[in-house]
Amino acid sequence: MDRKLVKRRGDTKWLVERSGRMNVDGVIFGSEQLIHEMDDMVVQQVRNVASLPGIVEGSFAMPDAHWGYGFCIGGVAAFDAEADGVISAGGVGFDIACGVRTLHTGLKAEDILPIREKIADALFHTIPAGVGSTGKLRLSVAKLDEVLQGGAQWAVENGYGEKDDLRFIEAGGCISGADPSQVSEQAKKRQLDEMGTLGSGNHYLEIQKVVEIYDTEAAAAFGIEEGDIKISIHCGSRGLGHQIGTDFLKRMTTDAKKHGLELPERELACAPLNSALGQSYLGAMRSGINCALANRQILMHLVRQVIADVAPQADIRLLYDVSHNTCQQEQHTVGGKQKKLFVHRKGATRAWGPGHDELPAEYRKIGQPVLIGGTMGTASYILVGTIQSERMAFGSACHGAGRNMSRRTATKKWNGKEVVGRLASQGILIRSRSLRGIAEEAPGAYKDVSEVVEATHQAGLAHKVAKLVPLVCVKG
Amino acid sequence: MWLHFHHQADIGIRGIGNTLAEAFREGAMALMAVICTPENVEPAEQIQIQCQADEKDLLFADWINALIYEMDVRKMLFSRFEVHFDNHQLSAKVWGEKADPDKHELAVEVKAATFMELKVYENDRHQWIAQCVVDV
Repeated sequence: MDRKLVKRRGDTKWLVERSGRMNVDGVIFGSEQLIHEMDDMVVQQVRNVASLPGIVEGSFAMPDAHWGYGFCIGGVAAFDAEADGVISAGGVGFDIACGVRTLHTGLKAEDILPIREKIADALFHTIPAGVGSTGKLRLSVAKLDEVLQGGAQWAVENGYGEKDDLRFIEAGGCISGADPSQVSEQAKKRQLDEMGTLGSGNHYLEIQKVVEIYDTEAAAAFGIEEGDIKISIHCGSRGLGHQIGTDFLKRMTTDAKKHGLELPERELACAPLNSALGQSYLGAMRSGINCALANRQILMHLVRQVIADVAPQADIRLLYDVSHNTCQQEQHTVGGKQKKLFVHRKGATRAWGPGHDELPAEYRKIGQPVLIGGTMGTASYILVGTIQSERMAFGSACHGAGRNMSRRTATKKWNGKEVVGRLASQGILIRSRSLRGIAEEAPGAYKDVSEVVEATHQAGLAHKVAKLVPLVCVKG
Repeated sequence: MWLHFHHQADIGIRGIGNTLAEAFREGAMALMAVICTPENVEPAEQIQIQCQADEKDLLFADWINALIYEMDVRKMLFSRFEVHFDNHQLSAKVWGEKADPDKHELAVEVKAATFMELKVYENDRHQWIAQCVVDV
């Protein structure tokens, strides 16, 4: 990044000063190294978001920020409906409520190592993943509407999981205000056979080993010990979410003028919160969130079944489930006053600090688990939200590594078979139907997640609790 | 002719042709090459696609999104495209077959055509270009 575009305001805080059409300042969090490597377009997109009506406090970018569509990936912005604020389909993205769910297994590394191949094969056989895959569930449109209203609660009520799982999901596993009637027939049709599927690209299911604890108190509250085996699932709202994004991006773009909005770029498509289109998107997007929550709940259920067969002594429980592509209605203190805001997090994780009443009782004194995914060959991290983060960026943190290389460059540089072999020699088993997909997702194609996590920790957006490394990775 | 162009997180698809229809057809081939090896996809089954938009670039995004939708719902891949225009309306015949991970070297699903780098234009060599970044 051209350093003239930002002004340093601390070790990990960089200011994009308000100018031109910006309504607020921009703030980018990151280490000197991350800022140096960041694309200039991140600054442009932070500025563009700052120019939207009704934006409150600032236009923020997390340490893993990179060039996105409209919003940068890693972008956070809150809007006040009473101040003509907007909601943006580009600010949520196509994979609505894509997120990470991490599971306890009750197993230790030594329990897993002798049966690792067997578990990898069983998971690969059971979890539908990759292009064109379908789940076992076949839904009618009427049944799908129930899923879109009920989220993970619907899944549990229909036999996919246990009631206690719901306490460890944002909003108890069901976002209120979903309106399936605002979701197009096309979007629903894409989802009828895709519930309980992982998808492809950077989505994965991993068996991970906890290798380091940074914060013993938070780790104890979350139930994490060194040597523990955890399982993480990274996926989203599948075809339904993608189609909602497509449908509303177009409608918001074509209706922008009607709403008196001058869009700095078309991908920043948005509509006033207090408009029919804004409310329609809100109802559809919340349906997409519930779809993703149900999807991850069904996948967890499949994992439970597989592990019960292969390692009957295991006890699969949910550590936490958090989405990183959303717009959520939240209460925040702005200028000493409580305000109801609509907070967009595009490739950013919510990170509530201690005391937040939305957290399950076990975590309330400590703060929210923030689940950060890595790559097939690198670490993942569990962090904890902070009070400072709520003051700095509406309680938000990074979401992952972010690519530093295009898919095309990656396939030219690496061969899928070689990547699988190299990772196997490091003790990481890969299961995928696509060798080309493996090459595109090679660990070297991503930024260093540790650097991103370190910057997030230093900035105080969330604090490090534990580091996990992959033992098995199932990819689409 | 088609090609992929660089985008950090995702991938750009570009179709180039002597006519607008050819550029749209080649753009569709570029999309398929993101997902699979199109040469391995037999044009065994034919479907129809229609879309409409006031501007050419939005029509290209609609065309790509229509293909993504049909692939997702039918679990198909496509390898042959016949595109016709009537004012702001596109109608196409599209041929392909059911997706098979072993046969088609599947790489990644495409979520949507984005408006990033979305352009449809005739260059000074009288070639039509149709392009956008797709989200994977």
